[in-house]
Amino acid sequence: MKIYDSGKIGLGLIFFIALVTFPFWVSIGGNKQMPELKMPDSAHECVESKEFMRTNHMRLLNQWRDSVVRENNYIYVSSTGKSYVKSLTKTCLNCHSSKEEFCERCHTYASVRPYCWSCHLESE
Amino acid sequence: MKILYPFLSIFVLIIVVFIGVHQADLHFLFGIIIPYVSILVFLIGMVLRVGYWASSPVPFRIPTTAGQGKTLPWIKQDKLESPSTLPQVLGRMALEILLFRSLFRNTKAELSESKLAYGSNKWLWLGGLAFHWTMLIIIVRHYRLFLEPVPGMIHLIESLDGFFEITLPTFYVTDALILICVSFLLLRRLLVPQIRYISLAADYFPLFLIFSIVISGILMRYVLKTDVVKIKMLIGGLLSFQFQVPEGIGTMFYVHLFLVCVLGIYFPFSKLVHMGGVFLSPTRNLANNNREKRHINPWNPKVKIRSYPEYESEFREKMIDAEIPLEEEKNE
Repeated sequence: MKIYDSGKIGLGLIFFIALVTFPFWVSIGGNKQMPELKMPDSAHECVESKEFMRTNHMRLLNQWRDSVVRENNYIYVSSTGKSYVKSLTKTCLNCHSSKEEFCERCHTYASVRPYCWSCHLESE
Repeated sequence: MKILYPFLSIFVLIIVVFIGVHQADLHFLFGIIIPYVSILVFLIGMVLRVGYWASSPVPFRIPTTAGQGKTLPWIKQDKLESPSTLPQVLGRMALEILLFRSLFRNTKAELSESKLAYGSNKWLWLGGLAFHWTMLIIIVRHYRLFLEPVPGMIHLIESLDGFFEITLPTFYVTDALILICVSFLLLRRLLVPQIRYISLAADYFPLFLIFSIVISGILMRYVLKTDVVKIKMLIGGLLSFQFQVPEGIGTMFYVHLFLVCVLGIYFPFSKLVHMGGVFLSPTRNLANNNREKRHINPWNPKVKIRSYPEYESEFREKMIDAEIPLEEEKNE
């Protein structure tokens, strides 16, 4: 089988393959480790289960914000029956003391940029 | 049948993932093996397909022109519609690939008062262009899961796409756009009688497939929720050839991934190869320079030429006998 214009065809195909496989080239050798999170020393359970928090913390925070701001409702009763104050800085960051070593590890990894900190101030 | 079979096959594919991942626990198959198979089939298939196209010779210039070709200096050439040099061809191709120039010329034939009339019809152009660009943005956006660290350009695209900052997680404009575009492209085939008549199963299948990929992706992002960090772990493992399947990724992710893999495998054998084909259309990518340059047919047979002096020298004796005058003598 003769290939006509093989120079141009080859150039195009090499460009195409390089474009498609480019994520492989930049990933090879890189050791893909789960982002390491600094877990709190004091507490051993979150307001909800770990699995729930991993996928749904953003929803929970959103619900908290809405109910605090719009309904003046500050108390969250978890599925285990415990009560918590709905507050990012007072409840969440009380245990997860470092935003850099907890929140941002995953958020940076997954390129998520929540707008929490455009209003909230990080407590020291 | 042309609609039902593609629809049912998508349905079966989704059932297969559900059973495979949810019941039979085949995470390794659906998370590792099938994605590799898919990307290999996609790449090799595309290369073979382009090679097959390139094995057809295009000895002469056959551009379909839609403007004044290059001629006398005082007649203005339409450089983009009838290009005669390489830069002009590149301009024409860019216009075609990026803006679907030829589809912009789409017309619609209609009988009005028993007369056949042709009118401009830009809807297909608009829908098709919006669909392809949206798809490109969505694919580029997915690179946040492929690259570590995530480049700033991806952040820029994400923030532009999530411009409205409504819902949680942030609603992407392209998610709505692609639903609208695919619905339009599908409804067009279903509702316009002439187009329905010429539509085949191979037209419906990719539409249904892309539609279900979009739906599964939207469900995963906005409704069912999945653990993005674990998904990026899985993909990072695939890309660096360290096979790992983290526990606890929702089934919807595997549905999404499997359908994308099916798309990749289906791609080189279907109409979707127009992705490569658009670059190789001889009626678009050739310069209209038939008269300026001599184009020699590459498969012209080698003709053995015999000149008259050779002929004469072979038959000299017989020609003299028959009293046929010789050229040699004339020249002397």
